[in-house]
Amino acid sequence: MSTQTTTVIFYLFAALTVCSAAFVVLTRNVIYSAFSLLFTFFGVAALYVFLSADFLAVTQVVVYVGGILVLLLFGVMFTNSIMNPGQKTEVSNTLAGSLLFLGVTGGVLYSFFASPGWMSTGKTLQGSIVGPVGFETMSRYVLPFEMVSILLLAALIGAAFLARFDKKGNS
Amino acid sequence: MQQLTTIGLNHYLTISALLLGFGLFAVMTRKNAIVVLMGVELILNAANINFLAFSKYNGGMQGVMFALFVIVIAAAEAAIALAVVINIFKIFKSVDVSERDSLKE
Repeated sequence: MSTQTTTVIFYLFAALTVCSAAFVVLTRNVIYSAFSLLFTFFGVAALYVFLSADFLAVTQVVVYVGGILVLLLFGVMFTNSIMNPGQKTEVSNTLAGSLLFLGVTGGVLYSFFASPGWMSTGKTLQGSIVGPVGFETMSRYVLPFEMVSILLLAALIGAAFLARFDKKGNS
Repeated sequence: MQQLTTIGLNHYLTISALLLGFGLFAVMTRKNAIVVLMGVELILNAANINFLAFSKYNGGMQGVMFALFVIVIAAAEAAIALAVVINIFKIFKSVDVSERDSLKE
């Protein structure tokens, strides 16, 4: 694939990611936000492929789209009465939020582009990273790996405990 | 023009800065707790893009491993936060975070 094609595809996915993220925060309808978040996650997964992190891209699709987004949709539908399907979210502090958006984004971008450039080590990640990820997980990062598994178990038990029906049955 | 056509580190950093800004905007302005959670997910994704971009142009694996752990912790966070939100909805019949200042009736 030529560099020209790669550049065009990169800009397409970048535009998809940024536009759908903007739609997530600008629309009032919670269901629209959730479905727009789907496109954001897919766009971010495509950017991971451009960053030669293929394993992370697949993990992103499986965990975010298959897990977190479904959880969020469940949350939207649980906290939504049958009588008003198009649940609107109230908006407050719009001026402060816009100022925060402009300030943070502008400041971060200014610090990125005003700096004279990043020091390069001269090498980049190439090819598939599945092998290196397995190697690092089982060698240098084995302690964080085990800790994260215990954290997931604790989160599983905690979420089931918190969201259960209480004994009196008045859900 | 050369800067625009060759994809470099700054392209990814720009996208992640925009995602961070949108996530902060959602957390700041929305009253629905679910949309606030979506903003938090956007912020985590922005951080992940930064990790992977620096990892790509550094040649090391540290950023990739950090991004992997960030995804796991985001999953745990979403599950716990939704359990709390569902509980709040059961008790108060609304998920408006601007009115809530306690977890009990």
